Amino acid sequence: MSIGSDPRRLAPTPSQTVGPYFGFALPWPQGPFVVPEGTAGAIRIGGRILDGEGRPVPDAMVETWQADAEGRFAHPDDPRGAVEWGEFRGFARCPVDAEGLYSILTLKPGPVPGPGETIQAPHVAMSIFARGLLQRLVTRVYFGDEEERNAEDPVLSTLPFGPDVRSTLIADPVDGGYRFDVRLQGDDETLFFAI
Amino acid sequence: MDEVERKAELGESPKLWPGPGQGLVVPGYRRDHEAVDPPHDWPDYRGTILRHPKRPLVPIPNTLSDVTGPALGEDRVGEADFDLTAGFAGEPQGQRLVVHGRVLDGNGRPVRDTLVEVWQANAAGRYWHKVDTHPAPLDPNFTGVGRCMTDSEGRYRFVTVRPGAYPWGNHYNAWRPAHIHFSLFGRAFAQRLVTQMYFPDDPMFPYDPIFNAVRDHQDRKRLICEFDFDATTPEWALGYRFDIVLRGREQTPFEEAH
Ligand SMILES: [Fe+3]
Repeated sequence: MSIGSDPRRLAPTPSQTVGPYFGFALPWPQGPFVVPEGTAGAIRIGGRILDGEGRPVPDAMVETWQADAEGRFAHPDDPRGAVEWGEFRGFARCPVDAEGLYSILTLKPGPVPGPGETIQAPHVAMSIFARGLLQRLVTRVYFGDEEERNAEDPVLSTLPFGPDVRSTLIADPVDGGYRFDVRLQGDDETLFFAI
Repeated sequence: MDEVERKAELGESPKLWPGPGQGLVVPGYRRDHEAVDPPHDWPDYRGTILRHPKRPLVPIPNTLSDVTGPALGEDRVGEADFDLTAGFAGEPQGQRLVVHGRVLDGNGRPVRDTLVEVWQANAAGRYWHKVDTHPAPLDPNFTGVGRCMTDSEGRYRFVTVRPGAYPWGNHYNAWRPAHIHFSLFGRAFAQRLVTQMYFPDDPMFPYDPIFNAVRDHQDRKRLICEFDFDATTPEWALGYRFDIVLRGREQTPFEEAH
C-alpha cells in the first residue's frame, strides 16, 4: 500500500520468510569476505546451522555486522565519528552449504562502548535467514578467548539464564579462527535476541 | 507468547543498563515491529516447526552494533540492475510491470541511498533455482533478480514481469499467492528487513499460512501493493506502488546538520 504525505508514526512493514529460493539472488562471490583473502590477521568464523532434530539446515543464510579491529564503525550514527579501515567492510553474507556450514573471513572486532560506562566485549552481530523463519533470528558471536572482557560485557553479564545458555553465544577458538554453531531449537538452543 | 508471559518466564524484566546522562548514549530503534511481525512459532507453516526457537528471545537495548549497519551499494548495484527484463536476448514472457515506491522509517523520513534487492518467480511461477522442481517452464529471458539503491527521497523503481503463483508442499493443494521477495538494509542493523510484496485481491490469500502469519488484517494490507495508474506507461507496462516502512528511531541523537 502507499503512504500519504503526513506520516508521523508509521507502523513497520511486516517481515516475511526469505523462503527456499533466494540462492540465485542474494549471495555473491565476495559476500562471505568482510576483508579480502590474504589480509593480515584475518580469521575465519564458521559453523553449522542445525534444526530442532540436530540436523543441518541446508537452505539458510547468515549475515554478520561488526566493528573493526579498533572497535570503530564506518557509520555516521556512531557518535565517536565514522572511521574507515582499509578494505574492511564490516558486513558478510554467506549462504550455508548442503551440510548447513557457513564460513566468513573477517578480523576480530575490538571492544565497543556500551551504554553508561560499560564496555562491550568483542562481538559480531549475526542474522539468520531461512525457509521456515518468518523473521530473521538475531544472535551475537562472542569469543572464547576473551574471558575477562566477556565477564564485563553488559549483555553477557545480565543474561537471565545460566552458563549453559550463555555458552551458546561463545565461539570456540579453532585453527585459523573460531567455531560458532547455531542451534535453532532444542535443549542446547542458541540464545536469540530481540533487538 | 505475550509480553507478560515472557517476563514471567524470564523471572524479571531485563535489567536496564546505566541510564542516559553518562557515557555514550545511543538512542535505539522503536520496537513496534514486534506487534506486526509474524511469530516464529506458526505451525500452519510447517517449515517453522523444527526451526523456531522455544526459549523466549532476550530483549537487549540497541547498542552501537545495532544502530550502525553496512552501506552496501557501489559494489553491488549495476546501472541496469533495476530492470529485470533487460540483459537477455529477447523479452521475457508475461505482463510487464513497473514496481516502485518509497522506503521510509517509522518517523516518516525517507531512507536514502539504501540497497533494495528483489527476487521472484517468472510469469509461469518458476524460480531460476535448482531446487525449484515445479514443472512450469523456465524463461531464458528472465532470471528474476533485481537490485537498486533508493534515491535522496527514498524512492526505488524496478521493471519486471508479474510473477505467477506456484505450488508448494505445505498442505493439500497449497499455492503461494503471487509475490516478489524484497530485502532491505536501511541504515542500521536493527532496521534489516526481508519481506514479500503481494498483489491486490489475490484469491490465494485466505489459504496462505505465510501471508496469514501476519496476524492483523491492517498489517497484512501493508504487504500488498496497489495499482498505480500514474506509474502505468501507455503501450508498455502496468504500474504498481509498494511503500516500505522500516523501524523508526526513538529519538534523533543529533540532527543531521550536514
Ligand atoms: Fe517465493
